[in-house]
Amino acid sequence: MVQLLPFEKSLEKLEVGTPAYDKELASIYNKLSSYQKTLVSRHADRPHGLDYINRIFTDFQELAGDRFYGEDQALIGGLARLDGMPVVVLAQEKGHDIATRQKHNFGLAKPEGYRKAIRLMKMADQFGLPVISLVDTDGAFCGAESEERGVGEAIAQATAQCLRLSVPMISVIIGAGGSGGAIAIAAADKVFMLEHSVYSVISPEGCASILWRDPMMKEAAADAMKITAQDLKKMNIIDGIIDEPVGGAQRARFDAMDSVKTFVVKELKALMKLSSKDLQTQRRKKYDALTR
Amino acid sequence: MANSCKFPQKPHAKYAEVSDKLWMTCRECGDMIYSKKFHSNSKVCPSCGYYAAMTPVERFELLFDGAKFETIEMPIPSDDPLKFTDKVSYADRLKKYRKSTGEQDVVQTAVGKIDGVETVVLCFNFAFMGGSMGRAVGEGIMKAAGEALARKAPFVLIPASGGARMQEGINSLMQMPRTLMAIEDLKNAGLPYIVVLTNPTTGGVTASFAMVGDVHIAEKGAVIAFAGRRVIEGTIGEKLPDDFQTAEYLREHGMVDIVVERSELKSTLGNVLSLLTNVKKK
Ligand SMILES: [Zn+2]
Repeated sequence: MVQLLPFEKSLEKLEVGTPAYDKELASIYNKLSSYQKTLVSRHADRPHGLDYINRIFTDFQELAGDRFYGEDQALIGGLARLDGMPVVVLAQEKGHDIATRQKHNFGLAKPEGYRKAIRLMKMADQFGLPVISLVDTDGAFCGAESEERGVGEAIAQATAQCLRLSVPMISVIIGAGGSGGAIAIAAADKVFMLEHSVYSVISPEGCASILWRDPMMKEAAADAMKITAQDLKKMNIIDGIIDEPVGGAQRARFDAMDSVKTFVVKELKALMKLSSKDLQTQRRKKYDALTR
Repeated sequence: MANSCKFPQKPHAKYAEVSDKLWMTCRECGDMIYSKKFHSNSKVCPSCGYYAAMTPVERFELLFDGAKFETIEMPIPSDDPLKFTDKVSYADRLKKYRKSTGEQDVVQTAVGKIDGVETVVLCFNFAFMGGSMGRAVGEGIMKAAGEALARKAPFVLIPASGGARMQEGINSLMQMPRTLMAIEDLKNAGLPYIVVLTNPTTGGVTASFAMVGDVHIAEKGAVIAFAGRRVIEGTIGEKLPDDFQTAEYLREHGMVDIVVERSELKSTLGNVLSLLTNVKKK
């Protein structure tokens, strides 16, 4: 049984699977606020990067290291097949218990994680493999070692590398799209968001403490910044929304992941019909027009 | 920007307040300075070398030969895409900064010669909402890079920014890929792209166009950072060294090529431009 979020308390008294429960669940999830969606996107039981790799890809071969400094398990990368097609997959992984959260540094990647992504994107280009990225991070790691090794430069170069690919790239925000830490692997031809994922320039808590000088204003900040998939689709920032099972991906993990697979395979097949030149022209137009 | 990584420091605001007075006090050494002398010295204290932020026009006058340049009009996108309000509405904030700076937004661009090399220079004005990056900054950089491309001229970008303009939300973040794409055009055309990092250059700006220069020049002592010092100190629970995230620190860690005094900036830039474009110095 999944852990209930604060706004799901009305489900406590209801028996799972009963019509009353289903009705209440649907009614809660039909009117989630921006901040409630933020909490759903962070739910511990929500499928993470590695869950997707194991569920929707086959023949996954992890590739490690940036060839400069080290390996970073906050951002997993490797070769795999998606519906039989060989691809390069990049996935941010937050971990799901104390040990794995430490191992994956809570999904907060360091410069070496982004430099590994650059390396693997170059490899994708070299071998003509599409790139699929699964985004789920609160941001890049904010620490002295990150600054020392030039995390800004690493993010900038990774973003630039996405944009210069001659192969198709699809990004899916599966949980949190945390600012620069996300865009580094999400400057793709097509960007999709799960129904209850969020994507923002700063966390609602961060925005509230800076602009309102009060972290308790996080709900107002979440609303004001327009961070939900629905808001971002309306503004044409993203290309589409992938529906989640009623009650969120955390309640029907396999169904949620399988619908991501179906969605991405269809989109990828369409992109693969384009020549490299057409792909790059289309990407250029997309980013030129974005936010205009 | 990024996960509550907000850089807290405001550079040398005091100078701006007293600039119309005859005499002023150096914030660093406390010496009384004749205001005119301070300004003719590129806003550097003659006693101790401490410097104040420069406006784009002051930068242009400092860098272009004979202080001669032609300004390039910057596009101004429609205001306030999110209709954002915190304690104050974004619309009101914009009004306030437009009044205090006399400019529409952060970036200004000019073209002129630097040691004889025709160059497009884009400069940030930190006094306008902390140089924060919104759509106007993105569009400005794209236009300026396009201008350099059309003129087959090098592009010099001088950031001074606290990072993302949160009031534009995701629109701010999207300027990272957009500006990178514009810079990529210059690289493909073989045109030099030089970044002059000034105090402070932080947040999302350092995770995009400000960190992909062919050459990175930084003003002495400038703070250049992705995440703010206080955020990091909070994370690790200890004090960071004084020089952490300074120009000198970045040079030591391989992110900056050259650290200069403001007085050496024009000649250094001129030399680099001349070498990269093979135009004889005049
Ligand atoms: Zn002084």
